[in-house]
Amino acid sequence: MGALLAFRFALVFFVFSVLSLTATSSSVSPQDLQIVSAERRIDLTSHIARVFLTLKVENTGASPASEVLLAFPPTQVKHLALVKAAATVGKRKKKSYVPLDVSPKVLPDAPNEAQFLSISLRNPLKNGETVLLEVLLVLTHGLEPFPAEIGQSESQLVYYHDSAIILSPYLIKEQTTYIKTPSNKVESLTRVEPTNRVGTEIKYGRYDDRHPYSYAPIIVHFENNSPFAVVEELVREVEVSHWGSLQVREHYTLVHAGAKHKGIFSRVEFQSRPGFSGVSSFKNLLARLPPRVHSVYYRDEIGNISTSRLRTDSLKSELEIEPRYPLFGGWKATFVIGYGLPLQDFLFESSDGKRYLNFSFGCPLAETVVDKLTIKVVLPEGSKNPNAVVPFVVKQHLETMYSYLDVVGRTVVVLEKENVVPEHNSPFQVYYDFNPIFMLAEPLMLTSAFFLFFVACVAYLHIDLSIRKS
Amino acid sequence: MGGKTESLNGVKSGSTQTSMGTAQIGLKPDLFNFSLKSLKLKTKQQELLIRVSVLGLIYILAFITRLFSVLRYESMIHEFDPYFNYRTTVFLTEKGFYEFWNWFDSESWYPLGRIIGGTLYPGLMVTAAFIYWVLRFLRFAVHIREVCVLTAPFFASNTTLVAYLFGKEIWDSGAGLVAAALIAICPGYISRSVAGSYDNEGVAIFALLLTFYLFVKAVNTGSLAWALASAFGYFYMVSAWGGYVFIINLIPLYVLVLLITGRYSMRLYVAYNCMYVLGMLLAMQIRFVGFQHVQSGEHMAAMGVFFLMQVFYFLDWVKHLLSDKKLFQAFLRITVTCAIGVGALALGVGMASGYISPWTGRFYSLLDPTYAKDHIPIIASVSEHQPTAWSSFMFDFQILLFLFPAGLYFCFKRLSDATIFVVMYGLTSMYFAGVMVRLILVATPAVCLISAIAVSATIKNLTSLLRTKHKVPHGASAKGTTSAKASSKASLDQSLPFQRNGAIALLLGAFYLLSRYAIHCTWVTSEAYSSPSIVLAARGAHGGRVIFDDYREAYFWLRQNTPSDAKVMSWWDYGYQITAMGNRTVIVDNNTWNNTHIATVGRAMSSYEDEAYEIMRSLDVDYVLVVFGGVSGYSSDDINKFLWMVRIGGGVFPVIKEPDYLVNGEYRVDKGAAPKMLNCLMYKLCYYRFGELMTEYGKPPGYDRARGVEIGNKDVKLQYLEEAFTTSNWIVRIYKVKPPNNRW
Repeated sequence: MGALLAFRFALVFFVFSVLSLTATSSSVSPQDLQIVSAERRIDLTSHIARVFLTLKVENTGASPASEVLLAFPPTQVKHLALVKAAATVGKRKKKSYVPLDVSPKVLPDAPNEAQFLSISLRNPLKNGETVLLEVLLVLTHGLEPFPAEIGQSESQLVYYHDSAIILSPYLIKEQTTYIKTPSNKVESLTRVEPTNRVGTEIKYGRYDDRHPYSYAPIIVHFENNSPFAVVEELVREVEVSHWGSLQVREHYTLVHAGAKHKGIFSRVEFQSRPGFSGVSSFKNLLARLPPRVHSVYYRDEIGNISTSRLRTDSLKSELEIEPRYPLFGGWKATFVIGYGLPLQDFLFESSDGKRYLNFSFGCPLAETVVDKLTIKVVLPEGSKNPNAVVPFVVKQHLETMYSYLDVVGRTVVVLEKENVVPEHNSPFQVYYDFNPIFMLAEPLMLTSAFFLFFVACVAYLHIDLSIRKS
Repeated sequence: MGGKTESLNGVKSGSTQTSMGTAQIGLKPDLFNFSLKSLKLKTKQQELLIRVSVLGLIYILAFITRLFSVLRYESMIHEFDPYFNYRTTVFLTEKGFYEFWNWFDSESWYPLGRIIGGTLYPGLMVTAAFIYWVLRFLRFAVHIREVCVLTAPFFASNTTLVAYLFGKEIWDSGAGLVAAALIAICPGYISRSVAGSYDNEGVAIFALLLTFYLFVKAVNTGSLAWALASAFGYFYMVSAWGGYVFIINLIPLYVLVLLITGRYSMRLYVAYNCMYVLGMLLAMQIRFVGFQHVQSGEHMAAMGVFFLMQVFYFLDWVKHLLSDKKLFQAFLRITVTCAIGVGALALGVGMASGYISPWTGRFYSLLDPTYAKDHIPIIASVSEHQPTAWSSFMFDFQILLFLFPAGLYFCFKRLSDATIFVVMYGLTSMYFAGVMVRLILVATPAVCLISAIAVSATIKNLTSLLRTKHKVPHGASAKGTTSAKASSKASLDQSLPFQRNGAIALLLGAFYLLSRYAIHCTWVTSEAYSSPSIVLAARGAHGGRVIFDDYREAYFWLRQNTPSDAKVMSWWDYGYQITAMGNRTVIVDNNTWNNTHIATVGRAMSSYEDEAYEIMRSLDVDYVLVVFGGVSGYSSDDINKFLWMVRIGGGVFPVIKEPDYLVNGEYRVDKGAAPKMLNCLMYKLCYYRFGELMTEYGKPPGYDRARGVEIGNKDVKLQYLEEAFTTSNWIVRIYKVKPPNNRW
């Protein structure tokens, strides 16, 4: 027994030391990697900038490399909402993607405070081998409106700042960058030859043999009238009732984050020339809700908002909502959307007897950025040991909430995340223990209350409380 | 009480029955007798059961008939004043009673502000907050808004119970039931108590009727406990509504009438003194009322009657002591002159020194309907302060209007202290209902009670006629004991041929009338009184319902997109809504306590733009809000209210003259309108850029649909203001006051 334990300990120690060795070796020699070819496509058609990077990485050093670093200027890092990386396996028709882990990394000697993310490879890259990486970067608040204030009839122009050359700690042999704009109205763009523009696409490159940390800042000034819908704060409350329903309440603070509205708002212009006046404003939003949704409401602090439409089919439900007034730059609207869902679609029992709720993270509104998302999963009274499984890093804590007829209160699992984009709409799970006997607590309470009431009535009718005999 | 004794009897009889059963009976007739007796008891219990269940059904009916607006629209607060009440209730539930009592509201009456705790009747808010706290304590996670919306229907249900008890007290339980049923659906009451109409009256009518009931009960029994209860009822009424002045004047009047008609009794003495003294002391605890009970002319009648009662009691005592009648007569003369002299002197000195304040304008306008029109335009401008038209009496009372005199007849036929009270209540409140539309509300309980007496008495008489007709042949054949009674009835019947048929016909007629009443009430409730007035609904071209939610659109826009310290100027009607829904500071609101301030706003609205700009700068106004119905055809907009702004403004600032805005005494907005009208601020703000808009097919641009004319000034230019927001149907338009031009 003791020998076995010692052996196990030795094994753990060995594995650990090997791991730390490989980690140090790869961080010491980033120069051993080089990028054979890089292609970058930046999609700026909405207010969320999406960057698709295709990198072909080769290891020229002697030691095998297990991670590839991506470098970002510090201004871009804070806009970075999501990074997804995948390695391409196979060729042509047999092509498939293997998702890879991405984690932030700090290098002490990085020039100009460049920040890094490291992509961990599944199999360490040996000398002379190449790997094809696909990286998706989603940037929010990356488009800066200029002019910052516009009138009702003007359209919205924005700046996009980036570098024509991909910032990288590695040598890049050849690279090209394509920027896609929503329309072909581009006011100006920084030229880093060769640069050319065809229709809605701007092409930077091909640039050959750029050294590590090469940087060529560019500014693209173009028209973007897509709705700059930003939810400053979203609180989603998901209330689980084991009587068969899931109640969802979503509190939104919506703002138009584009160029601020300046001067007058003329209803005549807005009504009579809809294609011309107020092009950067938006009137309605689309919320994609799960199928079989019921009792949907849409209201705010002062009552119901009557301008909404719900379309349901077996696969999805779409709720089209209109705020009380069209949103111009800088205007705000707060509202609440609530709906009920059948419980069997979302609550399951795992093999170890625990129950788990499987619900989608993220904001149901299409093409919106959520600056601060709070999800509160209200578990039924009497549930124990909750733990949440979320595919990305979130802040978690527990709360207690009192709802109808609660005595001890319900456990609430609170998940918080900042800078959430539609790509975050992936399911998460909350596991908890629940004894079904607790379901009977509230009906029993009500029954006994009524019973006591009637007993009191009967008692009152049979007791003579008068002092005097009449 | 009745139920209690009956059930006790039932138990007793049951136990005796079992004992009889065990004690091997030999006497069969005895048993037969007994079972008959127990059967009789059972019918009594059945009667109780029917009574309780009917009352329960009425209770539920009164609640659900008021829910039309919730079903048609949503659970929301209606109209204007309720928004203030709602806002204060929310404040009370959030910050607690102490903060509420000391609340200085800087969001209204800018720059003056308003001391909320000292200028409102807190009864309604405290009631709603109390219900809210109780529900929360019982772990019902309700929202305060739901509590506020349903407070009025809940109290309407309670009112039916009080009406039942009151009817039982003055007539019999049958009349009580009918009264409860009538008041449950009477449109006159529903108009102020539908779900969402969260106003003082909703609670106050309950308190009013409760106070009256308890007082009548106290007079009937002479019991100190009931008098004490009525004092507390009065306290609740004082805390809830300014209409308590009606109670404090009606009850002394009633006592006076009883004194004059020689119905003075010890019961009355106990009831009135206890109720008055305690009620007064309790009422002084309400800050808004304060020392008015001893200082205001409106409350002096009660005090005078109080002293008169003491003189009466004293005289009674002296009369009891003095056996000499002549001596007493002399004594009476001296005391009465002295008492009257002292009373008059005290009143005169009080009035002259200013200790007793004279009657207020509102009180005068009740006694003299034309007073407000000449002296206080701000009271006259409110539509619910207008004298009542016959049609609205018909609308609100329907058959009760005819049953009311019939009920009065029955009351006079069986005169008692209680019926005298209800007759006086009915007559005085009917007078007030004629003076002001909104006081129909006060008359409604009286009308329902008196009509209930008429209905109940009539139906009782008719059914007893039917029953005796039935029983006569039965009784004659079966039993000899009742034959004498039966023969007398039979002789009576023979004197009136077709009596039975006539009775049936009359009964059917009565049921027809009552069912018409029920149908009418339901129709009125659903069509006329269940609109929140903040959301407007109309029929679209294809018959579908079109909702105009412009008010909330504008208020929510103000709430979200203006600086939080922005001051909004609008006519006072919208003040409460702007503070409650828009959460912004207003210059004037529906609490019309400062006439000059309102007149300043009226003046700004009726001046030229540059003059108005000076006024707005001096009031630190950031936004101006006007309500305009020219696009949607909404007729109660600011242009139609404009003459009142001119009148109220002109009442304080003689610069504003009404004739300047009229052409040959006619108010118009088209080409023939007065030049001052076409260029005043209100006109400009309403019609800014309206001239470019085609509102109706086949009409020129700038056609005002609310007034049916093409406007006179289509080229409106604004110099000092700019359009900030206009709602989708143009009902609310908001303008931003530009900052002054830079001098360099």
